[in-house]
Amino acid sequence: MTARLAVDIGGTFTDLAIEKDGQRWTAKVLTTPAAPEKGVLEGVTQVLAKAGMAPHDLSLVIHGTTLATNAIIERKGAKTALLTTEGFRDVLALANEARYDQYDLNIDLPQPLVRRRWRVAVPERLDNTGKVLVPLDEAAVRAQVEFLKGEGIESLAIGFLHAFVNPAHEQRAAAIVREMWPGVPVSLSSDVSPEMREWERFSTTVANAYVQPLMATYLGRLESGLRAAGVGCPLFLMLSGGGLTTIETASRFPIRLVESGPAGGAIFSAFVAKQRGFSKVLSFDMGGTTAKVCLIDDFRPQASRTFEVARVGRFKKGSGLPLRIPVIEMVEIGAGGGSIAQVDSMGRIQVGPESAGADPGPACYGRGGTHPAVTDANLALGRYEPDLFAGGSLPLKPELSRDALAAHVGGKLGLSADMAGLGVVEMVDENMANAARVHAIESGKGYDGRIVIAFGGGGPVHGYRVAEKIGVKRMLVPSGAGVGSAIGFLRAPVAYEVVKSLYQRFGTFDLAAVNGLLASMSAEATKVVSEGAFGAPVEETRIAYMRYVGQGHEISVPLPPRALTAADVAEIRALYDSEYTRFYDRPVPGSDVEILSFAVTVRTVEAHVEPAAPVADAPPPKPIRVQMVRDTATGEVAEWPVYDRDHMVPGAAVPGPAIVAEAETSTLVGPGWTCRMDGLGYLDLAQEAA
Amino acid sequence: MSKETGALAQIQRQIQWNRLIAVVEEQAQTMIRTAFSTTVREAGDLSAGIFDLEGRMLAQAVTGTPGHVNSMAESVAHFLKKFPAHTMQPGDHYITNDPWLATGHLHDLTVVTPAFRRGKIVGLFANTAHIIDIGGLGMGPEGRSVFEEGLYIPIVKCFDRNAPNETFFDFIRAGSRTPVELEGDIYSLCACNDAGAKRLVEMMDEFAMESLDDLARYIFEASTRATLAEIAKLPRGTFCSEIKSDGYESPVTMKAAMTIHDDRIVVDFAGTSGLSNRGINVPPAYCRAYACFGIKCVVAPDVPNNWASLMPFQMEIPEGCILNAPRPYPVSVRHVVGQLIPDLMMGCLHQAVPHRVNAEGSSALWNPPLRGGSQVSGQAAETEDFEIITFNSGGTGARPGKDGLDGTAFPSGVRTMPVEATENVAPVIFWQKQLRPDSAGAGRTRGGFGQVMEIGAKGDAEFAVNAIFDRVANPPKGRDGGGQGAPGWVGMNDPNGTVLRTKGFQIIPKGRRLLLKLPGGGGMGDPKERDPALVKRDVEDGLVSPDAARSIYGSRD
Repeated sequence: MTARLAVDIGGTFTDLAIEKDGQRWTAKVLTTPAAPEKGVLEGVTQVLAKAGMAPHDLSLVIHGTTLATNAIIERKGAKTALLTTEGFRDVLALANEARYDQYDLNIDLPQPLVRRRWRVAVPERLDNTGKVLVPLDEAAVRAQVEFLKGEGIESLAIGFLHAFVNPAHEQRAAAIVREMWPGVPVSLSSDVSPEMREWERFSTTVANAYVQPLMATYLGRLESGLRAAGVGCPLFLMLSGGGLTTIETASRFPIRLVESGPAGGAIFSAFVAKQRGFSKVLSFDMGGTTAKVCLIDDFRPQASRTFEVARVGRFKKGSGLPLRIPVIEMVEIGAGGGSIAQVDSMGRIQVGPESAGADPGPACYGRGGTHPAVTDANLALGRYEPDLFAGGSLPLKPELSRDALAAHVGGKLGLSADMAGLGVVEMVDENMANAARVHAIESGKGYDGRIVIAFGGGGPVHGYRVAEKIGVKRMLVPSGAGVGSAIGFLRAPVAYEVVKSLYQRFGTFDLAAVNGLLASMSAEATKVVSEGAFGAPVEETRIAYMRYVGQGHEISVPLPPRALTAADVAEIRALYDSEYTRFYDRPVPGSDVEILSFAVTVRTVEAHVEPAAPVADAPPPKPIRVQMVRDTATGEVAEWPVYDRDHMVPGAAVPGPAIVAEAETSTLVGPGWTCRMDGLGYLDLAQEAA
Repeated sequence: MSKETGALAQIQRQIQWNRLIAVVEEQAQTMIRTAFSTTVREAGDLSAGIFDLEGRMLAQAVTGTPGHVNSMAESVAHFLKKFPAHTMQPGDHYITNDPWLATGHLHDLTVVTPAFRRGKIVGLFANTAHIIDIGGLGMGPEGRSVFEEGLYIPIVKCFDRNAPNETFFDFIRAGSRTPVELEGDIYSLCACNDAGAKRLVEMMDEFAMESLDDLARYIFEASTRATLAEIAKLPRGTFCSEIKSDGYESPVTMKAAMTIHDDRIVVDFAGTSGLSNRGINVPPAYCRAYACFGIKCVVAPDVPNNWASLMPFQMEIPEGCILNAPRPYPVSVRHVVGQLIPDLMMGCLHQAVPHRVNAEGSSALWNPPLRGGSQVSGQAAETEDFEIITFNSGGTGARPGKDGLDGTAFPSGVRTMPVEATENVAPVIFWQKQLRPDSAGAGRTRGGFGQVMEIGAKGDAEFAVNAIFDRVANPPKGRDGGGQGAPGWVGMNDPNGTVLRTKGFQIIPKGRRLLLKLPGGGGMGDPKERDPALVKRDVEDGLVSPDAARSIYGSRD
């Protein structure tokens, strides 16, 4: 069996994991933001040492990084220009002409990555069918290129109206640029994001251009660093859509690398779900500053094509720059262990999104933080043993938590510090549950029969109560949850998704055009994947994004991965109706259906996972201590026995209320729940029927 | 009740309030996901809320636009007057578009749905959406009475115990240019209330709530307390201001005298111009809605909308003035006057709390309703029939510490549609849509820039615009020495610069295009005090001309 290494660069830590023959070794090192490859190389040395391997023993390195995201958030990308259609210089600035907050007079809107001076326009125009209304003015292109050269531009985006239907003008302009200005990176909207809606498409194209020089340089340095360290195997990159790709493709479309870390977490959950055969899952990853929830049906994380990066308005929807790329759909909420609690003018407890971060951190860290954070509230409820937090590496000071809770929450509401803590935890759980509920609505999904897979430092602590609030009765806490994203990388297929718009109505379905497009998309995706698949078998999925004519939100309907026939067309239409009814139970009589776009994904076939066999009951472990814990549902204080996860054996079960402690986190088993260790060593929590 | 049980109950009420806001958010999201009209799904012109059995609003989704937000809050009481709560059945849905019983023009549909738990009615869900066509003259100012403006739907049942009222649906299908969208939207309005009701019942089960009464009391008390605390921070007194709209047949002056009391703010609109013969009249609920919004976003922006938080803002609107239009005066485009009311409110508040108030902005949306094909050109039509509207905006007013926003809706909360999407649903070509240089009112902080839009039909065929534009003769004013925003301009792209009327149905002949220059926002403070680096940046970006930089801002570059 081959040894594979995953490297996940996060904001604070770089996580590494090696797997070989079913064994796993992990390491965590500090991220080195100025030159991230340094931290990676340090981590590689450490994890190889733990595994007792040499660099040349590795057969594959898989890498994910937040570097592209950070460059956009911190505005540290290349000096970028946008060449666009005359009359449309300000598409990025005008955005959707809306405010994401109705009542805030002092609202800040996200600023475009390219200032107006460098958004330059040339005469050219296509109509919505791709027909040329105004030919491309090549002299104007040359003049603008001269201007941009003089301005010291480092990367160029080209975005013309309707170029996703007909890329000829963009391609011709790019050819002129390359001829006049060899070496400048060029991103075309018809390549990067060939879909309708000019603001989103240009925004994505510009973001790609903005991070391209930086990512290309970084990936080059990383690759040569690894080579120098003796790692000769291929290096793959994790994409935001959940697949792996080669350095070449990643360097062309670096914008597809944003959010690769969270994508890894979702894939981790999807794999765990597959191991246990749970076909409907809510992945719940709660860390220090945010919580992420993701719906996973049939072992595949929910896919999306829209994402917002660098939100300026407290995680508010609409306050970021739109990206239209394949992503794993998830909601990020400003709710983590460090989220700060306060009381608003209505006398209501508010939690987050402001975070105490790692420094000073929650009050109980004793590093000067005076505002109560979620961790303080958990401590006040008795959920943590102060001396054993984070494996004993960070002893907590409960009196500081109580002081902070009393000063900023309890005192204002006439509550004791402990009850204030209860209020804070209930509120943050409620916020996460509300976000999960609204997310399900937006996705046209529900929570009946779903299970929660909880990980991250806070997921296992808050999971059961969030589950109760959304009506979920089962929760799984896998092992290795601290480096879940890195483990997810190891489970990801080599995959590539191509999305293209081609408007179709069922009344006038153009079978030849659709089949031609699908075939070319299939060829494109297959080519990218074959570069990294090393002959492994691949599979293809095709999707049509459809809606009733006149409606605004599409539903994805699977297509067979072959040329369509007239008979297929009727079947697809019927499939749409049944999907729609499933989501909204009120079908609309008599409407035609339209297809907006198609997606083709080619991926290596995932290794078959044998669902874990049931294990026989085993004797329960002995509690290592008891803690006085206040239950957030009833407010009652009781003795909760604490078990060491390492002492539990498969088949052992403990009744709630209880705590199952491990080095990096604790799993809370609420009253009315039981926790049983399964054959994989995962904690399987179930709520008994009330 | 022990101290701890009391504490737990207090916390749980907070949780329940939060949950209620999430419930209405789910309600609104369902609407957005299933709506047919671009006005709802792309523009977000909708609102959703939950009400108690007395018709008092408990919570509202944080979406939509102020004209719906507060006027929908009033409308549920009208439904209850006609159909008392005890007569409602599970599966009933009630609908109206009566401008005086709902949100001010026939294009807004409001649906009210009772929520039942264990066979007992426990609350009401309402939502409002702006639909694309309701027949009649179409969205525009030309009507001389509401009867010309479209199909008038009194409060009726559109679903009776889950069975569609087929007679009703027959009428609405026959009366609209876009019957499929209209019917689909009504289904969607009902589905979204159902979603809210289902979630409410789950919440009441979870918390073992027999009724919403206790929670309502708590929400109202906390909201009243918070709103009054904010009012208490303001200086007492009466503050007067006025603002002018271009009007239709003659300019319209709106006057306000705002009195800040200890426990309420009362606005008297005495002195405001009389009614218009055309559809720019404002029904009183819509006036209250925008007045309330204008005050609230300055005085108490963080307090959620509900019956109690809106209560302390009281409007006295004299009969016979344009802000108190009686039936059957035409009201189709009441927004064009009504959306200036927040600027008027801020004109008053500027005297009380100058550092918390913006300069005037473009404010009234610049939505061009376009029509083409046989309904304009008869048998000479060169394009298919189309009816389309996009939602566009000029610049907003400068803020005390920040520039205004370029081409952004305020006070309306709508989004615009992508040009590519619009060109896919109608045979039109947008030849330009970009910022309008030198349109922002100068100031220490400047206004937002307006934009220029040039629109033709495909093949430069003949088409028509039903103009509803304002701030052409009366541009947005600056404050504290800031300059005014550039006035709007409506005309054609020909070399003579043919000017069109700002309001009313007009033909754009074959070979010509509609050219719109949207107003910029007013500036704030002396332009000479503006950070020279910011002036320089605007010049480099081609937004402020070097001449203007020198003469207005005193730039020495």
